[in-house]
Amino acid sequence: MDIRLDAISHSYGDTEVLRDISLDIPNGKIVCFVGPSGCGKSTLLRLIGGLERASKGRILQLGSPPEGCLNPLTYVFQDFALLPWRSVHGNISLVLEDRNIKGAQADAIIADVLARTKLSDFSKALPRQLSGGMKQRVAIARALAVKPAVMLMDEPLSALDSQTRELLMDDLVALWTRQSFTAAYVTHNLAEAVRLGHRIVVLSRRPGEIREIVEIDIPLRDRTHGDAKLEQTQKHLWDMMRDEARAADEELLDV
Amino acid sequence: MSDTGAKNQPIEVRFRGGGFAPKARRSVGLAVFIFLIGIAEIGTRQGWISSLTLPKPSDVLATFGELWESGLLFKHLIPSLSRLAVGAAIGASIGIAVGIMIGLFSYVRAGMVPLVAAIFPIPKIALLPLFVIWFGIDEASKYALIAFGTFTPTVVATYGAVDNVDRSLIRMGQSFGLSWLSIVRKIVLPGAMPGILSGLRISLAIAIILLVAAEMLGAEYGIGAYILEAGSLYDLERLFAGVVILSLLGVILSTLIGFIEGRLLSWRA
Repeated sequence: MDIRLDAISHSYGDTEVLRDISLDIPNGKIVCFVGPSGCGKSTLLRLIGGLERASKGRILQLGSPPEGCLNPLTYVFQDFALLPWRSVHGNISLVLEDRNIKGAQADAIIADVLARTKLSDFSKALPRQLSGGMKQRVAIARALAVKPAVMLMDEPLSALDSQTRELLMDDLVALWTRQSFTAAYVTHNLAEAVRLGHRIVVLSRRPGEIREIVEIDIPLRDRTHGDAKLEQTQKHLWDMMRDEARAADEELLDV
Repeated sequence: MSDTGAKNQPIEVRFRGGGFAPKARRSVGLAVFIFLIGIAEIGTRQGWISSLTLPKPSDVLATFGELWESGLLFKHLIPSLSRLAVGAAIGASIGIAVGIMIGLFSYVRAGMVPLVAAIFPIPKIALLPLFVIWFGIDEASKYALIAFGTFTPTVVATYGAVDNVDRSLIRMGQSFGLSWLSIVRKIVLPGAMPGILSGLRISLAIAIILLVAAEMLGAEYGIGAYILEAGSLYDLERLFAGVVILSLLGVILSTLIGFIEGRLLSWRA
């Protein structure tokens, strides 16, 4: 299933946050959105998943979601959004209960996603007992449990320290390599973008417009540290963003 | 620079952290009680507290013993407890329901919040005559008074607690396509539970106060009636025995809520 954004514009009151965004998120690819803070990239993600309504333009699903898909558009949030009163197992079963998947069937799905995110030993743990990286892996496992057509990842690694971030990036690459998934991945971290993105969409500062779309054709698993071409791409992205970021930083909020 | 030699002495960094983290010290509360009662006992025995000021704690205990042996204790306690249980249960459950509605629906909020604010400061005891007219002199008017008194603080605590539920968790529920009812049952309610329970502590203490007030105005049996009778006879021992029962009731209810918190909120730790 592909996602197409058709001339999306969005404003909060008088503040225009996004202007005329059109692009495709192709099946099986990870599309990264980068841009200075306040450029509306998280808003764009909320629009794609239907948590907010765009002021103008349409968001289309092309084709039908894969078989067994319970929740075609599934988020992974920056702050994990785990229920603190439910165990790891309970947090995942939460999203299955409403689909009438209970008992052995649910246990099988949960065991599978926990194995894929290397959490099998922690199914009874409560969120407060887990480190940040583990919490985000639980959130990823929860997203996988509903067999999404498209994963909408809103700065999923931004709340984590840099070592954990590296490890989780490896995990995401491994997950994608085993079974490719479609994702819209919002980040402000360019290293993440060049590591995980098949396509990188650079947004300008507010109101966010597409400045450039960069394609990276190196397969995810072959992207290594210090790869000259990736470094070059990252530098190119940064050159593009530097002035935007500086200008965005000097803007007053709520003007 | 020999005169600055002393200044170059290393100074140990002064510790200035710590504190602001109360820990459970179970025995201290008991020690305070024992200390105060001990002072009263010694004072009344030695005479520097006159028996008109304060009854001898041991006499109060003896009165309590008589109350127990004569069976009067349960004759007073059981109607009181049932009034408290029925009234508080009605008030708290309606209060929690209304509080959740206020937390969830804009129109209910707009309509009910001013109403609750208007009802809250009314001394509910002042309304007892009204309740007697509405519900009769029997138990129903006492239930109504206690229910009404527990209702308002429960509502305020509950909608505050619902307001404080992490919105990102609710967005998460929506993004996974959970039904409205599931979001309320599995996200809003458990998220509001800490606030609801701490509100219940206050509501139940108010319920005890209103119980006594209701029983003072027209009840044959009940702790309130017992205290009123003792008070009008200036029988301080019996008065204090009654007051001690109320205090114990408060402590027991508070412990009970603490126990429920321990069970329901173990995820907080």
